[in-house]
Amino acid sequence: MLKFRRRSHFFLSCLLVASLISVTNLAAQDGKTLFNNNCASCHKMDQNLTGPALMGVHDRWGDDKMLHMWVKNWPQAVATGNAYAVKMKDWAPSAMTVFSALSDAEVDAILKYIKEWVPAVAKPPVVGDPATAPNKDNSLLFGIVTLVMAVVALLLLGVNSSLRKLADDKDGIRSLEPLPFWKQKKYLALASVLFFVLSGVYLSKGAVESGRSKNYQPVQPIYYSHKVHAGVNQINCLYCHGGAQESKHSNIPSVNVCMNCHLAINEYKGEPLYAEDGTEIDGTNEIKKLYEYAGFTPGTVWDPSKAKPIEWVRIHNLPDHVYFNHAQHVKAGKVNCQTCHGEIQNMGEVYQYSDLSMGWCINCHRETKVQFYDSTKGEGNKFYSIYEKFHNDLKSGKMDSVTVESIGGTECQKCHY
Amino acid sequence: MNNIWQSFGSLKQSEKHLETVENEFQEDLVAEQDNLGILDAKAPRRDFLKYLGFSTAAATIAASCEMPVKKSIPFANKPDNVIPGVANYFATTFTQDGDVQSVVAKVRDGRPIKIEGNDLSPLTKGSTSARAQASVLDLYDTARLRYPAQIKEGQLSEIPTFESADKAIGAAMAAAAGKAVVILTNTITSPSTKQLVTEFLSKQPAGSRHVTYDAVSYSGLIEANALSYGQKAIPSYHFDNAKVVVSLGADFLGTWLSPVEFAKQYAKGRKIDEKKIGLSKHYQFESILSMTGANADERFTHKPSEAGKVAISLLNAINGAGVAVTDAKLKAGIEKAAKDLKAAAGAALVVSGSNDVNVQVVVNAINEALGANGKTINWAVTSNYRQGIDADMTQLVADMNAGTIGTLLIAGANPAYDYVAADKFVSGLSKVGLTVSFNTRLDETTEKCKFVIPDHHYLESWGDASAKSGYFSFIQPTIYPLFRTRQWQDSLLRWMGGVVTVAAKTVADSTAAAAPAAKSNNDYLAYLKAYWIAKLGSQGAWDQALRDGVINPETMPVGGATHSAGATAAAVAALAAAPAGGAWEVQLYEKVSIGAGSQATNPWLQELPDPITKATWDNYAVVSAAAAKQLLNIDVTDNGDLDSYEVNPGKPVIKIAVNGKEILLPAIIVPGTQTNTIGIALGYGRSEKAGIAAKGAGQNAFKLSTLAGANVSLAGINAKVEKTGDTYEIAQNQVHGSYEGRVEVVRETSLATFAMHPTMFKHERDKLAEEYAPKTEDYRNEGSLYDPRLNDRPGMKWGMSIDLNSCTGCGACVVACNAENNIPVVGKTEVLRGHDMHWMRIDRYYVTKAGANPDDLSDVVFMPMLCQHCDNAPCENVCPVAATNHSSEGLNQMTYNRCIGTRYCANNCPYKVRRFNWADYTGADSFKDNQVGHVSDITLEMNDELTRMVLNPDVTVRSRGVIEKCSFCVQRLQAGKLEAKKQNRTVVDGEIKVACQQACPSEAIVFGDSNDKKSAIAGMRDHNPLRLYYALEQVHVLPNVNYLAKVRNTDEMMMAEQKPKAHAEAEHS
Repeated sequence: MLKFRRRSHFFLSCLLVASLISVTNLAAQDGKTLFNNNCASCHKMDQNLTGPALMGVHDRWGDDKMLHMWVKNWPQAVATGNAYAVKMKDWAPSAMTVFSALSDAEVDAILKYIKEWVPAVAKPPVVGDPATAPNKDNSLLFGIVTLVMAVVALLLLGVNSSLRKLADDKDGIRSLEPLPFWKQKKYLALASVLFFVLSGVYLSKGAVESGRSKNYQPVQPIYYSHKVHAGVNQINCLYCHGGAQESKHSNIPSVNVCMNCHLAINEYKGEPLYAEDGTEIDGTNEIKKLYEYAGFTPGTVWDPSKAKPIEWVRIHNLPDHVYFNHAQHVKAGKVNCQTCHGEIQNMGEVYQYSDLSMGWCINCHRETKVQFYDSTKGEGNKFYSIYEKFHNDLKSGKMDSVTVESIGGTECQKCHY
Repeated sequence: MNNIWQSFGSLKQSEKHLETVENEFQEDLVAEQDNLGILDAKAPRRDFLKYLGFSTAAATIAASCEMPVKKSIPFANKPDNVIPGVANYFATTFTQDGDVQSVVAKVRDGRPIKIEGNDLSPLTKGSTSARAQASVLDLYDTARLRYPAQIKEGQLSEIPTFESADKAIGAAMAAAAGKAVVILTNTITSPSTKQLVTEFLSKQPAGSRHVTYDAVSYSGLIEANALSYGQKAIPSYHFDNAKVVVSLGADFLGTWLSPVEFAKQYAKGRKIDEKKIGLSKHYQFESILSMTGANADERFTHKPSEAGKVAISLLNAINGAGVAVTDAKLKAGIEKAAKDLKAAAGAALVVSGSNDVNVQVVVNAINEALGANGKTINWAVTSNYRQGIDADMTQLVADMNAGTIGTLLIAGANPAYDYVAADKFVSGLSKVGLTVSFNTRLDETTEKCKFVIPDHHYLESWGDASAKSGYFSFIQPTIYPLFRTRQWQDSLLRWMGGVVTVAAKTVADSTAAAAPAAKSNNDYLAYLKAYWIAKLGSQGAWDQALRDGVINPETMPVGGATHSAGATAAAVAALAAAPAGGAWEVQLYEKVSIGAGSQATNPWLQELPDPITKATWDNYAVVSAAAAKQLLNIDVTDNGDLDSYEVNPGKPVIKIAVNGKEILLPAIIVPGTQTNTIGIALGYGRSEKAGIAAKGAGQNAFKLSTLAGANVSLAGINAKVEKTGDTYEIAQNQVHGSYEGRVEVVRETSLATFAMHPTMFKHERDKLAEEYAPKTEDYRNEGSLYDPRLNDRPGMKWGMSIDLNSCTGCGACVVACNAENNIPVVGKTEVLRGHDMHWMRIDRYYVTKAGANPDDLSDVVFMPMLCQHCDNAPCENVCPVAATNHSSEGLNQMTYNRCIGTRYCANNCPYKVRRFNWADYTGADSFKDNQVGHVSDITLEMNDELTRMVLNPDVTVRSRGVIEKCSFCVQRLQAGKLEAKKQNRTVVDGEIKVACQQACPSEAIVFGDSNDKKSAIAGMRDHNPLRLYYALEQVHVLPNVNYLAKVRNTDEMMMAEQKPKAHAEAEHS
């Protein structure tokens, strides 16, 4: 199972990370993607965020050339003395990033997307929607049927033996009083073997599983939905968890990172949110909880020094004797977040997707291919150029790929020191 | 021919010694301890079953328990430059007792955890001493004072705020108004602090002054320079320019002035270019075997009372006059040294460790005769390392006792412990109106003051330091102060009151004399900043200076000073008339680790074995083998005597009296000590209140120092010594491991022999190839049972080269390794049992001629020994659970979580480098009472929440019952490779340094990827084929660590002048 999922994600992950690192590499003139990658963390269409709402931006500017200049290099636009540019220069809370890397065609694509954007009509929740209804569990029904069948079978067996006894009696054959089956040796032996085998299986399974916490989904101090942030709003994972590129830890964002956006976003207007137990979550109320931690009253100027850290419950725990480094996987290995954390963009509250067992790690290291530098494509990591022998073997066709394992990725001291 | 030995037992192959070698792992299993068989043993079969049942049940219950909920708490506002899990590095400066070392502090998640040298400093060039390495642990010492306090009879009563403390002290100062205010410090190298002290004192009554006092005084040297050169200062020395160095008792590689700087310079002359074989020559004249003496090419001993005579004789010999020394060997030595010095005139240097003005004046005259002035002695740049003048202190103590001192402020100095007349100082203290200590801990002096305003640790402080004129180094905080402490400069500023004007022109060597005067309020940071901005010209320059940590002239100016010979004659006359010594003389000395004792509370330093005696946690009386026979009735040539002395840790205690002051110390026999001399280390016997590590560690030997003229002398020339019946246990760690008699692990020869037979070491290796690889001459592959393809691994292959010629034995690497790898401190009781945990040790070998008196040492060799990361490792084959195995990068990996503690690997390691965690030294096990009764107090102290902040989060803290050993700092290798991957490039040779290599002042250790043919490590092996050897290569374990044989610069021929082939058999027979 793991195998299939990883293969399917491999290409995707390459694409995604590539898009992260350099927008210009992305040839597609897809306005929506460009918007989500570049603009969405500060702008919304219909609402002021860190930046102003963009719906109707064409009309406000009037001058398309000026607008282009503003997007690509706003100080230059201000310098021309354009009245609207001068006015927008002092937009609070923060100045805009300069997007000099965007081509004119790309800006056009974004602007076109903005122009054509229509607000989604909020769908009223459909009662009894088959898609959202929980999956029916049929095992109870099957159980009852099995039980009934077993009783019938037993009854039939009983009838059978009674009839035989009657027939024997009739024939004058005296039969011994039969031993009840729970006193028969073969049944006892069978039962005890079964008992030991089953308890052995369960014990060893329990022992192997002990200390693992797959599917662990604690209640967090704030109902933070990755679905809303990473899924619906397409906020890049690294916007909040930037440490994953640099450090062994993928850091949990500090309050000031949350407030970058939530200074402006103070209510939740998306689709209704449901907690794991089915209760509805009031998104706006959760944002208010954030404000309590941040020491912020909407409508006032925020003083970041008043903020208190949020005590999140840690989900992914590794034993102390394991060294895991996010940067190695995210930056050097270009592994997609979802490979280990699951479809995080579809999770409400996060749960532990993988069991984080050593076997799980090793499996991936056995199968993942190392990205040797390919000078013709300009792809891959130059670090691996020291593996000359493997390079030659690849060229001569002796090997078809080099896995993490072949360069020592399953050795003890890669993770235990 | 030559004997190479570690202990007298190994020299003599005594019975007990062989027995201990046999039983290296002395502890038996519990069941075997009482020899009753498995059923009747203390823990018989039934107990075993009980434990088995209990543990199964416990495991079941434990497994069914819920996992603890852990919190993940991010910052409220993340600082820009902090990424959790990524270390930041801040340049700062380690200053202690006048030592200045520019360092870089590694700060991980807000905690400084490791000290490295600052590469930008041209003096230390990125290296550090053992003490600088250990200083980070002092920051987290539980004995640090945590608040300002009033002290009554040694008891602290807390003062709630600094304001109320300032008020109380202000009132007391006012009460003592009119009387002199004295600031007593040890050497201050900070120019801004000096200016501040001057400004502070200018507002005080007449007679107020700053007294500089150094525990180990150099005032003889400073005053002699005033007489000879007209400068009351210490010049810079250039050991790197000296072809011949003569040291008269100066331990310049270990403790004298600036050992790190000198070791760096000295090592230059000790490297051998095999194409042009040559070495600098080092003579040492001394009374006890110092670390520097151990490194000398030729070494001669004399009584401490003869130090003057030796100096005069050397001067006479250089001037062509006769040498008037009775000892024939010493006489020949002086003549030989003089001859070599003269031949190397202009590239010769003589230094002396004496604190006698006359001796130093004579040494100045010698250097003048050799043309050293302006060449190896540089007066254009003077050193600030020590500035104390003993007469000033004598005057102060007299004034205190006379009651003319109103206020005494003490920073850094601890005279109640280390002053020659400590009792007089203490009695004087009570006569001073107000005494305030700024010390960081409740030391012997602070205890007797009236107030203490505890100072920051240097890693919490702001500051500057000037090691030499024109060379500046900066101190910046690396952590928010842990406790309610305040920098003492801040206190001075508060007490001065008002705004202080910092005038640039008061700085003698200001680069911006015209800069306007800047103003600062009463806070030292502002003062310091104003001081430096005035000097440097801009905020930007100040920021840059803090970032780099240093400001230096581009090249070091070199120049001489005018020498006046006027004082020489008088000095010679005074020395000639010096009294002769008695039957026994005492020489006090500093240990490399503890020094004068200011860091004696540091557990890493206490557990660092002395380079010569390999003893930890104590000081003792060092005596020669000859003296042992005479004094202790121990004949080291007699096996019976030897066994009772050497195998038992209990050493005979002797009573030593100098000037009516007595001290009781155990005796340790060190060959090469002068027969009539007893050596005692300073710095021990500190008060327990200053730190728990000092508890029970040795005796205070400062009380045996004497005033000779105006200066303190560390030589007691008329001592009474007697044997007591007692014994005292000394924890020495070299007796633990053994090579089963394979002394060829260390290789050394003389320069003359090596020049005659350059292939003498290579021949040994060639012979192996001939014998075991007749077909291909490829000893590595053909000599093995294993498939040679196993060795053919692409990628990296880590390797290390250790040059025995450069290693001075200073131990900086050992402490660096402790800090980097979370190595536990086990305490004296555990070291006694052979449970020391150091991953790296420096073996010390004595070399004597066969049959010679053990006191006649030919050489001493230091050999750093660590896991050799064998490619064909014997430990790996015997592990039943494959907890230790080989990596594709040539590392011998140790997986703690897989280890079950059979210790088979340790038994099978020919190098004895594997360490077993006998107890839960680190508190890593989850059961609470694991440590009680099993570990020493100091180990518990190291497990305090505060002390644990020093742990490196990238290295596992090992639990009880597992083996551990050197990992080649695998966490650094992994981090270095990752950094390269992140930057999309290959690893650059030299960017990954292991901890021991980085700390080493003499660059004896080279480390890198040996598969990279252009790397330094590959070059080291290619360019030194003649000295290259692998320890115990004949056992074919294929180590990844190689050594370069030691060659000492003597003309002694160690083998007959035969063809290389035949003599090799004779070698190491």
